Amino acid sequence: MEHAISFVRRLGASLVDSVWRLGFAARFMMLLLIYSGQSFRRVHLTIREIYFSGVLSLLIIVVSGLFVGMVLGLQGYETLQRFGSGDALGVLVALSLTRELGPVVAGLLFASRAGSAVTAEIGLMKVTEQLKAMDMMAVSPIARVVAPRFWGGVISMPFLAAIFSTMGVLGGWLIGVVFIGVDAGAFWSQMQAAVDFRYDILNGVIKSVVFGIAVSLIAVFEGYDCTPTAEGVSRAITRTVVSSALAILALDFVLTSFMFRG
Amino acid sequence: MSFKHPLDECFVRLKDVHFAYGERSILQGIDLSVRRGQVVAIMGGSGSGKTTLLRLIGGQLRASQGEVRVAGSELSRLGRNDMYALRRRMGMLFQFGALFTDMSVFDNVAFPLREHTDLPPEVIRDLVLMKLDAVGLRGAGKLMPSELSGGMARRVALARAVALDPMLIMYDEPFAGLDPISLGVVGQLIRRLNDALGASSILVTHDVHESLAIVDYVYFVSDGRIAAEGTPDEIRASRDPFVHQFVHAEIDGPVPFHYPAEPIGQALLGSSG
Repeated sequence: MEHAISFVRRLGASLVDSVWRLGFAARFMMLLLIYSGQSFRRVHLTIREIYFSGVLSLLIIVVSGLFVGMVLGLQGYETLQRFGSGDALGVLVALSLTRELGPVVAGLLFASRAGSAVTAEIGLMKVTEQLKAMDMMAVSPIARVVAPRFWGGVISMPFLAAIFSTMGVLGGWLIGVVFIGVDAGAFWSQMQAAVDFRYDILNGVIKSVVFGIAVSLIAVFEGYDCTPTAEGVSRAITRTVVSSALAILALDFVLTSFMFRG
Repeated sequence: MSFKHPLDECFVRLKDVHFAYGERSILQGIDLSVRRGQVVAIMGGSGSGKTTLLRLIGGQLRASQGEVRVAGSELSRLGRNDMYALRRRMGMLFQFGALFTDMSVFDNVAFPLREHTDLPPEVIRDLVLMKLDAVGLRGAGKLMPSELSGGMARRVALARAVALDPMLIMYDEPFAGLDPISLGVVGQLIRRLNDALGASSILVTHDVHESLAIVDYVYFVSDGRIAAEGTPDEIRASRDPFVHQFVHAEIDGPVPFHYPAEPIGQALLGSSG
């Protein structure tokens, strides 16, 4: 009986805790939107974050994009040539990248490279009372610290996804055309004919924007909400990476089911 | 909005203030006042509720019962904007400085000026240099917070706290972890800055000797209540057992050395049997 009561009590406490956290997250999002205007008026703050989140992520995005494209080239050609359609390699590489791999893999890399860094930075500012000090100086930490980092991430993400896809196409070309010997004319012309700007590229860009919003929101919230201890910050970083990955994959399924139903 | 602060009125007044974190009661019926120009120390052991008291005065926490008035305004009635307007007239020194680690010393001190004024860069530069000069660190403007010693960081944070010439300066453990020289320097700066600005200061500390040398009035907090109060001379002469134990650093007294437990004889016999 005692066990049952304590179980119900724990269940109730965790439920109340979850509702509390949800309310806190909703309030946080509202304040973030209210204060976003300020971060655009002082654009240098947002540009600085675009540099930290976007420009500094370029290396991993460029290298990963190139390798993913090269693998697509090898695997794609191996499969296509069984059906005698090796010339369609360009289409396969371009469609896979613009529709799916570009936004999704770039999003996952962005979450682990930039999202985790944002969570760690905001979390450590909380541990060292910098956020409290700012608040005591009548400067809202959400306006000064959180909003620029959020928008920096949201703006960077579509560009990173586009660069990832571009590098992937170049990787596919390198393997398909330069090493395997697929006809360059067929590679590019079939790609040009099959890839539709609105249907394929624009939908990919929309995906990358949605992923950018999801990852940036998770990253800033986890940092702002973390328990202000060393352990709390490390847990928050883990939660950022795990939640971002799950959010990207789940959102990708939902978006794909609406965008590409044939 | 404007705030009144006539000389004969208390700048900070707490009346029957209670505060609890969830069900854990921290403060129970605190009455306290700070006049303009005064430097007041709030002393007490670790976990006695001193820092909570400071956060209530700064408006970071709200009292569950009672009244907290700063510059004539009852804090629980202030909205976010009014609270921020009031905080522009307060400065707070955090225990470890809380300097912004991604900014230089100069930019840290310039931060409140840049955020709250439209002053041209040359004027901000002059003001920052004056504030840094007041704490003796004019030459350290280009250093980053990671390059400073604990005492220097505390002084930079002090320069930042007084950047906007506040009416009220709050110090959370300003002496913790400082060497004797830095201790004396920070103590003298607290008094000098308060007098130069005509401000009021509140120190939360457990450093008895350094504080008694510079403050005008002392409140002792114990178990969430004001256990004793008085001027430094009254405190030194006090026969109150709690004050006596605290001032003379005696290990046992009203604040017991032992955490509550059964008598040791009973405990030892119990473990063998």
